[in-house]
Parts: sequence; structure tokens; C-alpha cells
Amino acid sequence: MAQQQTDGSAAMTTGGGTPAPLPKRRITAGDVVRKIVQIIGELLVTAGVVLLLFVAWELWWTNVEADAKQSEAIKSFTQDFDGPLAPVAPPSASAVPVNYGPPAVAQAPGHGGMIGIMYIPRFGPDYTRPIIQGTSSDILDTLGLGHYANTTMPGAPGNFAVAGHRQTHGAVLDNIHLLVPGDRIYVQTTDGYYTYVFRNNQIVMPERTDVLLPVPTQPGAEPTDSFLTMTSCNPRFGAQERIIAYSVLESWQPVSAGPPSEIAPQVAQAHGKG
Amino acid sequence: MYGWIFRHLPGPLWVRILTSLVLVAGALVLMVQFLFPWFSQFTTLTDSTIGSAQQP
Repeated sequence: MAQQQTDGSAAMTTGGGTPAPLPKRRITAGDVVRKIVQIIGELLVTAGVVLLLFVAWELWWTNVEADAKQSEAIKSFTQDFDGPLAPVAPPSASAVPVNYGPPAVAQAPGHGGMIGIMYIPRFGPDYTRPIIQGTSSDILDTLGLGHYANTTMPGAPGNFAVAGHRQTHGAVLDNIHLLVPGDRIYVQTTDGYYTYVFRNNQIVMPERTDVLLPVPTQPGAEPTDSFLTMTSCNPRFGAQERIIAYSVLESWQPVSAGPPSEIAPQVAQAHGKG
Repeated sequence: MYGWIFRHLPGPLWVRILTSLVLVAGALVLMVQFLFPWFSQFTTLTDSTIGSAQQP
């Protein structure tokens, strides 16, 4: 660099005043080749740096951006929520869980509309992610969990299926392989809280659309249960396969009953009162 | 190439250093805003849906 600089300035002042004036040089073919090779080298180094920056952006920065967008979505969803944020004790202190009747089934919002919030205690006490209608990349890349619009809403008999990234863009389902049968997965909507129980994982090829059927992988079967099916990439840093997590609805409680006790602190925190 | 650009920036040395920092920051912003999101569609890391072909 320093060498180039003195060369350049010497050439511009035509060697005036320098102790040893440079001999008159003609630009040879070798000079041109050297210059071209130098420029190509600098461009290649630049391309390498840009690729490294891209990796950093993809694996780190997209998560930062997506997390911010998701907190914003949760904030706007919880803004006009006025239900209790602690479990409301049943009138009689019986051990039998109160039966709130058949779960409410909301009308599906339009593409990009918010369905609710998902809480998965297995993924950590701060796992609070929005569920958005639609599975196009504009939704999955910023807002996390996207609901397959051709599947049912939570609580209805059939399959409530959501997709989420395993890596990058919030990595909302990064730990999907850590779910243990019996784990509770909670979905909060404007109607209430749906408690799903995780049953099993399955690894399939990307074209296996039958995992989204009303009864997953059973064409023609009439659903009697409500399923929750989550899909993500597999392996963790690849997309050759898909990992599917199946859960089934265990119980439902309306907003007026308060959140299930396992997620009560988390719900309070999500609503800005934790 | 970069040496040539640096030599042709106007002003004293510290101004040129500042200008080149601004240029690098500008290039970074352009990459994060436009180049990287566009390029990420060619990586398969983010395919998480089933039957993506039918899901626009």
C-alpha cells in the first residue's frame, strides 16, 4: 500500500525534487497484466469478505431482526387483552378439572393476520412466539410461526398445522427435536387457551403433504381429535428433509378462566405485567 | 483498486479515512438491505414448509 502510494505520487510529479529521479519508464505489457491481476485479486478478496458477511447475516442478524418483529407482533396482540393473567380458581376446590365445553373455534384471519401466541415451556421460559396466518416466506422470515391456511383453526376437529424455521429468521423451531412425549404446548387466542400434548416426531421428505391432512398421514379418515402439527427443516442446518411434531388437544379454557398455571408467569410477562 | 480509490478521495488524510469508513458503512447497509435478502432465496436453509411447491 505504502509502496503504491509513493509510486503514484512520484509518477504524478514526474520525479521533480526526488533525490534519485526514476528512470523514464514506458508502461509495458507486464505492468498491465500485473495491474489486472491485482484488481482481480482485490475483487476475489472482496467476494470472500462479502460471503462471510452473508453467513453472519443469515445465521445471526436475521434472528435479531425476526425477534424484534415478533416481540412487536406480540405487543400489539396483547395490547387490548383484558382477561385475567393468573389462573382463576374453580368455585369448588375439587381436584377434577373444570370442563368448559367444546373449544371455541375462531374464524381464520386473512393472510398475515395474527391467530395467537404459542408457549412451549420445553423450549425455555421465554418461548413466546406469534402465530400468523399463511406460510409464505414474508411471514416465516420475520414473524416466525406460520399457519397453513388450508388447515383448521385451533380447537376444531382436524389438523391445526404451523411451519417455522429451524435456523435463521428467529429459529422458532430450533429445538423441535427436544420435545418429549407428554410435553404441553399452549396456544393462546382471543378466545382462550388451548393445551396440546406432544405425542411424537417424524422425519419425512419435503413433499409429504399428507402430514397436513385432518388426521395426519391418514387420507380419508374422519377427524374426531384436534391435532397440532408443527413442521420445520431437518437436519438443523439443512433442508433435505422435514421434521414433524404431532400433538393432540388435551383441554381448553376460555380467557375468563385465566391462563393454565404452567404458563401463567409467561403469559403475564407477554402481556407486559410480569 | 482500493488504493486507487483512496488516493483519489479529496481532502487531507483524516477526511479521506472518514470518507472511506462512510463508504464501507454504506456498502454494508446496501448489502444487508438488498443483496443478502435477495441472495438468501438461493440457500435452502430456510425451507421449513411441507410441499413448498404448492405453498406460494
